[in-house]
Amino acid sequence: MSLRVDVRRRLGAFSLDATFETGGRLTALFGPSGSGKTSLVNLIGGLLRPDEGRIVADGRVLVDTASRKYVPKHKRRIGYVFQDARLFPHMTVGQNLHYGRFFTPASERYGDIDGVVDLLGIGHLLDRKPGLLSGGEKQRVAIGRALLASPRLILMDEPLASLDDRRKAEIMPYIERLRDETKIPIVYVSHSVAEVARLATDMVVLDQGKVAAAGPTSELLQRLDLLPAEERGEGGAVLEMRVAGCNQAFGMSTLVSPAGEIHIVGLDAEPGSTVRVRIRARDVIVATERPHGLSALNILPGRIIGVSAGNGLFADVLIDCNGEVITARITRQSAEMLCLTRGLDIFAVIKSVTFDQANTTRGTTDGTMRPEGTTGMEKVG
Amino acid sequence: MNWLLDLTPDEWNAVRLSIRVAVVAMLFSLPPGILIALLLARGKFWGKSVLNGLVHLPLILPPVVTGYLLLLTFGKRGPAGAFLDQYFGVVFSFRWTGAALACGVMAFPLMVRAIRLSIEAVDRRLEAAAGTLGANPLWVFGTITLPLILPGIIAGMILSFAKAMGEFGATITFVSNIPGETQTLPSAIYTFTQVPGGDAGALRLTVISIIIAMTALVASEVLARRVGRTLEVE
Repeated sequence: MSLRVDVRRRLGAFSLDATFETGGRLTALFGPSGSGKTSLVNLIGGLLRPDEGRIVADGRVLVDTASRKYVPKHKRRIGYVFQDARLFPHMTVGQNLHYGRFFTPASERYGDIDGVVDLLGIGHLLDRKPGLLSGGEKQRVAIGRALLASPRLILMDEPLASLDDRRKAEIMPYIERLRDETKIPIVYVSHSVAEVARLATDMVVLDQGKVAAAGPTSELLQRLDLLPAEERGEGGAVLEMRVAGCNQAFGMSTLVSPAGEIHIVGLDAEPGSTVRVRIRARDVIVATERPHGLSALNILPGRIIGVSAGNGLFADVLIDCNGEVITARITRQSAEMLCLTRGLDIFAVIKSVTFDQANTTRGTTDGTMRPEGTTGMEKVG
Repeated sequence: MNWLLDLTPDEWNAVRLSIRVAVVAMLFSLPPGILIALLLARGKFWGKSVLNGLVHLPLILPPVVTGYLLLLTFGKRGPAGAFLDQYFGVVFSFRWTGAALACGVMAFPLMVRAIRLSIEAVDRRLEAAAGTLGANPLWVFGTITLPLILPGIIAGMILSFAKAMGEFGATITFVSNIPGETQTLPSAIYTFTQVPGGDAGALRLTVISIIIAMTALVASEVLARRVGRTLEVE
């Protein structure tokens, strides 16, 4: 599946001019509010017409203003999960779920209702009216409804934005299962670095109606300049790591990747399974020699491949750890004090990591590990 | 109770005719009512305010004027009347069908208003959602818009029925006051008040009028509540 978008559209004083291509399983359209994310998914879904441009999904031309082709939304077979769920209030949950399926030709239907109901855990809601559901339940039904129309692509427009943290945590695993267990590509609109880091395989960064960058999430999240100022600390490396073993006595698990070994606490995963590890730039300390007498367990050797002093107060240090790149955000004073320059061999001390289990059929654990005794070192650059 | 039901054949005719006229007027104005309400609520076209004015005209014109205009247009020699008579065999003048036409026209603005308001209250984002699920515009209208505006349609129908039951001026001008053919309840009551000793008959028909109107009102309340229960909007 590939999605190629090349569109221009004016909306009042705002103008959207976006060109990108993605083949990811879950592509995040990322950017601050007002950057044109929703307009862009509306263009893909057929809720908005471009002034000019072309959208091709999986080799099928959906819009091409040059040849005057425009496929209306009901013929696109693109599922859309709206921020506000938009369940039909006069139908039960079950009728909502069946709605799209009714319009799908039998030969193009896939999945089965029981399977989807099971996947989303909404079996007990089928006879209820949407008005009586909680926000999280509504969103799960909305995902199921879109899925059962057997779409070739699913668009999700900030499906978690209107929910509190507990509800978000309730739905995230379902989106991950959707990403990992079905073959349907997803385009996911978000302005949250945490969501994108956890869910997206690819991302398209939008800024004021233009594409600022596009590519794999693990690469783009390293570029802290792409992130909004207040979330820059949330950016960092995303590594797919394999569970190598665990130490029952301490409850620690060992994860390996080419970059080295990482020990974390609180992970409940089978050895051999894959875990998606996010190392936030603000959680990485740089040492010019291997530290001794430190409680932090995770120290990865590496070489500096770039130092950028972005806004003057902080410096972002890009560290190549045997082919995998980790970013550290330290104060500019520390960077100058240690004379950090390109090519210098250093050690990256990782204070904490966030991990999600990727590609596993089991429930997902999300936890932040903070080795004891390191909290007091937060401010050490 | 007996004195109430002890009606002369002419009085019975008036009751039956009134109900028939009102029901026919209501049912026949429903499809164009929904269509015009849709156009007014959603359409963007030149002359929309002209259409809006035309629809509301019967509400502001004296009913006698509307009746006379109907007589000019749909009377035996009127352009529309002659055409319908010649090609479809439909005659309006001095027939109960003419009474139904007059009632329908008089009640039309009320019906359109009620339906238009409910269409404007429909969340169009739900229709967009239905579109992304594969429903073409016609299906969207039938499965989303129509059920959501049902309370407005019921209200419009009841308003139209009540107005038709009470319509007098346009009816008597257009189709006169012929017992058994065009004499509806209001015309019959009017006739009773014009003859000596007609008070008892006028009172009987008045009470019957009130009962019919109240029944219609209660029925609409019950219906609207039942529909409303299926619509527990988020």
